[in-house]
Amino acid sequence: MGAIPEAKTVDPGPGPAPSPAAPRIGVLALQGSFALHAAVLRRLGIEAVEVRRAAALAGLDGLIIPGGESSTMLKFLLEEDLFDPLIAFHREGGALYGTCAGAILLARTVENPAQESLGLLDIEIQRNGYGRQLESHLGACSCSALGEPDLPLVMIRGPVISGTGPRVEVLAEWRGQPAFVREGRVLATTFHPELTNDTRVHAYFLELAAGGETPVSAENVEAPG
Amino acid sequence: MSTEFRLKTGLADMLKGGAIMDVTNAAQARIAEDAGAVSVMALERVPADIRRDGGVARMSSPEKIREIIESVSIPVMAKVRIGHFVEAQILQEMGVDFVDESEVLTPADEENHIDKHAFEVPFVCGCRNLGEALRRIGEGAALIRTKGEAGSGNIVEAVRHLRQIGNELRRLTILTDDELMSAAKELRAPYEIVRMVARDGRLPVPNFAAGGVATPADAALCMQLGAESVFVGSGIFKSTDPEQRAKAIVKAVTHYRDPAMLVEVSMGLGEPMRGLDIATMPEEELLQTRGN
Repeated sequence: MGAIPEAKTVDPGPGPAPSPAAPRIGVLALQGSFALHAAVLRRLGIEAVEVRRAAALAGLDGLIIPGGESSTMLKFLLEEDLFDPLIAFHREGGALYGTCAGAILLARTVENPAQESLGLLDIEIQRNGYGRQLESHLGACSCSALGEPDLPLVMIRGPVISGTGPRVEVLAEWRGQPAFVREGRVLATTFHPELTNDTRVHAYFLELAAGGETPVSAENVEAPG
Repeated sequence: MSTEFRLKTGLADMLKGGAIMDVTNAAQARIAEDAGAVSVMALERVPADIRRDGGVARMSSPEKIREIIESVSIPVMAKVRIGHFVEAQILQEMGVDFVDESEVLTPADEENHIDKHAFEVPFVCGCRNLGEALRRIGEGAALIRTKGEAGSGNIVEAVRHLRQIGNELRRLTILTDDELMSAAKELRAPYEIVRMVARDGRLPVPNFAAGGVATPADAALCMQLGAESVFVGSGIFKSTDPEQRAKAIVKAVTHYRDPAMLVEVSMGLGEPMRGLDIATMPEEELLQTRGN
């Protein structure tokens, strides 16, 4: 009976109370795994705002762009006037974290096939870099910034980061390619921590969004504007 | 949860908040992708045409499926007949991302569904009530959708099925542990899964709506009734302006609680598909009673 599925996520319970300095976080809720990201944040004591229109970005310290279909989300960004507001959000100091499709939307260059992107993270990324659903896989990768144990890795039709700019720090690799990267206030993973019970990547992002000290920092080399 | 199963439901999780559109060729698949569909469903004829033409409806030809796979970057689903595990083997071999074991096609087995645990490719199955949903999950389905009444352009059956599932889910959560075996017997569903659902108050896999969606308002109605995404079959390509209607339905699924947006996306769409009154249809013409 081992094949009988269990619940999608473990009930997180009430979770710790947010500290007075808790950052205000939004989750881009156009499509995809936004509710799962919100559930992880709830476990960390943060009630996230669902962002479907640009006005909802006001007052946020950080925004998560979830997994899903990047081509679908991109259409909303372009047609519903979210593209420039997201770039402005970054310029004004907002932190961003993209998982899978979110990483594709944040990238400088997207291939397979080429599509427009926000260009807030100096990486080159291949959509569906491992292939179709039958190539989706699980694994674990070591990440010195987050310590032990290894990060569990769920890769669903995942992208592959095929190039990184000089200011991009590679925080974890998978199969010899960057899988978790950071440039200043922008984080991206090609995998889905929101599909696991490991909250460390989200906690790392919260620290970044709160403007606190993080184990690594490229802030001081980031060009202004 | 088995690790392999997590990969199957993981893809369903990524399709949430989206529209999945029936297509019969590459040109339609590109229209769907350009409109913002999260996935396309390959089939040989849309349900309204299957209903009109009669005859045996089967899996789409491998040439058509190949053509559709090569024309879009979003995930491609395809339908197989209920119980036709060899059609499913063929689709898996071709790299299809999700298989729909569908009542819209003519059933190949009137007793048994496919053993979906035996496949690496994830499956979606239709249901009309909680027991049917849990039997399909027991067989290994990674995604559940309502059956509705495909090809009817009438949302009434999808609404009935969404309400039925929601109602039965809520009822399970108030039962005591010693009442669950009897509940499993009544639902004709696996006890272990019934226990899990009673504990969590929700299905262990995502739950989408399908069958009869013809307008953006229909799509938003399904979402407000608890569906996590919407399949659109004949509703797009049987309308007078498929491009605009497809875009409007995509936007309605995202902004399903935003009446101002629903007004905006519902304008300028031309005529929806004509639609059928299900109350006056003979029982033997219903697709939803196939498989159970």
